[in-house]
Amino acid sequence: MSRGLRLHRALAAVWDTPPGWGRLAAVNHTTIGLRFIAAAAAFFAIGGILAMLIRIQLATPDSAFLGAEAYNQIFTMHGTVMMFLFAIPMFEGFAIYLLPKLLGARDMAFPRMTAYGFWCYVFGGAILIGALVAGVAPHAGWFMYTPLSSGTYSPGINGDVWLLGVTFVEISALSAAIEIIVSILKLRAPGMSLRRMPILAWYLLVTAFMMLFGFPPLILGSILLEVERAAGLPFFDPTRGGDPLLWQHLFWLFGHPEVYIIFLPAAGMISTLLPAFARAELVAQPAIVAAVIATGFLSFGLWVHHMFTVGIPHLALAFFSAASGLVAVPTAVQIFAWIATLAEGRPRWDVPMLWLAGFFAIFVLGGLTGVMLAMVPFNAQAHDSHFVVAHLHYVLVGGFVFPVIAAAYYWLPHVTGRVSDLRLSAPAFWLTFTGFNLTFFLMHLTGLLGMPRRIASYPEGLGWTWLNLVSSIGGFVTTAGLALVAVDLVVQTRFGRRFRRDPWKARSLEWATPTPPPSYAFASLPRIEDRADRTRPRALAARLAAGEGYLGHVRNGWCETLSVDPAGAPTEVVVLPRPTFLPLWTGLATLAVVLALLFKLYVLAAVALAAVVGLFLAWTRATGEAADLRALPIGHGEAAPPHWEAARPPSWWAMALLIAADGTLYASLLFGALFLWLVAPGWPGPAVPDPALPPAALALAGLGLAALAARRAAGALRRGAGPAPWLVAEALGAALAAAALAALALAVPDPRGHALPASMVAILAYAAIHAAIGAILAGYGLARWRAGYVSARRSLDLRLAVPFQAYAAAAGALAIAAAAALPRLAELAP
Amino acid sequence: MATLWWIMLAGASAIALALGAILARAWTGSPLLARLGPERLTLWGGVVVPTLVLAALVAAALALGERLRPGDATLRVEAVARQWGWDFAYPAAGLASAGVLHIPAGRDVDVAVTSADVIHSLWVPRLAGKIDAIPGRVNLLRLHAEAPGRYAGVCAEFCGLGHAAMPFAVEAHPPEAWEEWLREAAR
Repeated sequence: MSRGLRLHRALAAVWDTPPGWGRLAAVNHTTIGLRFIAAAAAFFAIGGILAMLIRIQLATPDSAFLGAEAYNQIFTMHGTVMMFLFAIPMFEGFAIYLLPKLLGARDMAFPRMTAYGFWCYVFGGAILIGALVAGVAPHAGWFMYTPLSSGTYSPGINGDVWLLGVTFVEISALSAAIEIIVSILKLRAPGMSLRRMPILAWYLLVTAFMMLFGFPPLILGSILLEVERAAGLPFFDPTRGGDPLLWQHLFWLFGHPEVYIIFLPAAGMISTLLPAFARAELVAQPAIVAAVIATGFLSFGLWVHHMFTVGIPHLALAFFSAASGLVAVPTAVQIFAWIATLAEGRPRWDVPMLWLAGFFAIFVLGGLTGVMLAMVPFNAQAHDSHFVVAHLHYVLVGGFVFPVIAAAYYWLPHVTGRVSDLRLSAPAFWLTFTGFNLTFFLMHLTGLLGMPRRIASYPEGLGWTWLNLVSSIGGFVTTAGLALVAVDLVVQTRFGRRFRRDPWKARSLEWATPTPPPSYAFASLPRIEDRADRTRPRALAARLAAGEGYLGHVRNGWCETLSVDPAGAPTEVVVLPRPTFLPLWTGLATLAVVLALLFKLYVLAAVALAAVVGLFLAWTRATGEAADLRALPIGHGEAAPPHWEAARPPSWWAMALLIAADGTLYASLLFGALFLWLVAPGWPGPAVPDPALPPAALALAGLGLAALAARRAAGALRRGAGPAPWLVAEALGAALAAAALAALALAVPDPRGHALPASMVAILAYAAIHAAIGAILAGYGLARWRAGYVSARRSLDLRLAVPFQAYAAAAGALAIAAAAALPRLAELAP
Repeated sequence: MATLWWIMLAGASAIALALGAILARAWTGSPLLARLGPERLTLWGGVVVPTLVLAALVAAALALGERLRPGDATLRVEAVARQWGWDFAYPAAGLASAGVLHIPAGRDVDVAVTSADVIHSLWVPRLAGKIDAIPGRVNLLRLHAEAPGRYAGVCAEFCGLGHAAMPFAVEAHPPEAWEEWLREAAR
């Protein structure tokens, strides 16, 4: 038996997902990535069917095919499904499948979180689709504008389905964001400095950061609206000091970055596969990276352009209009870099290039109409008309669906080990391309002729009839084309010709894995000596398979991969979890929480939440060691400690990023309260007394104690002393603070009456929840210490609590300050 | 407004055609693009030209926006949206109407728009852009009808079951007949 085969068998024994029911225990990135892609494709089909129902309804004037109620549910769900259940998870699936292979790692940083994120996504999607089948789907638009979506005007369960279902899915988006960032920053092959990193990793890094800061405002908005609907605390109700515009700000603060969160990964795929067909290196890589980062920043300065018609001050309109135009520049940089890459090389046609050409034609038109819409006077005409419907489909279908189909054709051979002989591919493309333009090109005109969006029917004689009929016919042609794409991909998977390696003569690392890829991706990890897009996969693959790279072994039955510093020097051996059912159980418990909230069974929700916390704590039992191991050999004569003995392992980064996302949510909450004070109608509102001094002082003391004790516990451990007394103090301090903050929140008078007391309750409750989490973390540290997993070298479990307790203390102090300041500010009413 | 649209349409068509031509030349291999080099092509095409075009366009649009800005018209009327219909009031004359907004042609009219329930949006495509009707706030929109006549209006913000069924009309009276309409309506 050759060395390579022996190594394969040993690795497969620890990495492979077990068969049968064991498949539900999968945590492997290849498996979960493909599941994300398959589920997203299924939701795309559902969203497409909904689009067809819309087009049937609008094909003729005064149509009686769907009633207004059904139509409202269907267009709401079309947008929701395509945004939250198709586009984001589809890119996550590609990222999860590809990233470790592009970076030269064996898996993502947190495989169980990948699996948990998948279950959250599928269960959340199932709630939404289940509601649709039951006829109680959300019906207030995918943007859920209040007051239409409030309890007064949408009393049914429909709105709750959206708020809870989508938030459930967001958990998976946020966990994916953290995981993508940490994997890119830490789990690269030795020698792969950030400068040598593949371009797609740069795109995904920026995208993940945008998700990290873009999703929290939406999650906050959804929580506040659900609280308003379920408990009556007003945040958006203008009759009680709330403001519907607060919802719009929170929604679009997420919603505009969302457009680039969808586009950037697709652009990254283009930057990756275009060079393979241009037969040239991607030109101006630093300019592209700069453009992508610029897009990330600019996209957070544009959200108001979705609100040009709500009556915004003129100067603000000018600023956001200019910024909206400006964001076209970094996109233009990328487009010209791609053109220049083609000019440098000797381009050849293949199926992915056909789809990229389609992308180019459609996306450029969408970008040009986007610049038009950025101009305020034109926007006032075209906003919320079918012109915008046409524009957004040009941008999103052109900028996402076409590149993703190109990417699917490009990477399918990697997944299946088979290549096609392209009989169906070309007609499938032309049908889709023609159908798409037939649907949406003339729709610009429909909009300019005054047809507003989201109307269930329209009368004859306004000049819209023939345009709508043409759009509907085009829609069905598109569907036929996409169905043919699906058939083509299945046929290729089933009947394609087998190939040996790197069928596109690409030069990136993922083609150096065996194809189809084994669960462990690389039998040994490469050493990267040059830019990642100058790899020679064919030669490298054989050496890696023979175990000549790093970690070409199995030790202690561990799943190992390497973690590096920014320059690419190995820092620690990351020991990854083996397949486990825990993510599934945790996902099911989370589902129970969401369903209980949906049906207003709050006691059950609390029980299920306790189960979720307990299950998460159970995850940690599989990790760590009861003895110090110090340096482990990793090959090439080098050594590194296991991750729990390292200073800044992946989980430390995850904690830092989690706090960043959490802080964004809190900042949005504080911003919301200030916004209401500044601009909402119906202020100053009722007089609210100051928070009572004793609980406020207790809370501050408890938070301070917890933060200090967490530091001291880690310090004591470092000096070799016992941390237990400090951990007990940390737990007690945090628990005391949680109780005091909860008492303060409950003492606020009449929070249902006005947004002022309601905001105070929300802020204090946020602080109380964080103090409670701090208490759990301290207790966890204590348990780990008693179980012997913690030592001076293995101090991670205690050190993770330090930044969290500091954050909880800062958040608590700020909450008490806000609770004291808001009523005073209110009296000053601007 | 129409001028801005035609300029943008012509500009966008020119840009789309130019991009298509450059792409085609890049594909077939062009000595010109080769002489320019990839970095300079990216810099000029990606940064310099778009920035200039966009700056000019934003400036023009802002100047136009300034001219369309409401607030100082001599005639001011009020519009209140509700699920699902429109009520109009003429405070100076102490009048009200439902479903039809009466204005004089040839004059600037400011409409103060608000809502009694959810968010709606007032849109008379042939007279002006749209403005949202938001409960708790009042937004201003400038209407100007050059010629007398009846102009169709719709609700442009999704507002629930009756969203498609809340059309209204703007009746622009000849300037000389306006006073007469006011007297007539008061009776």
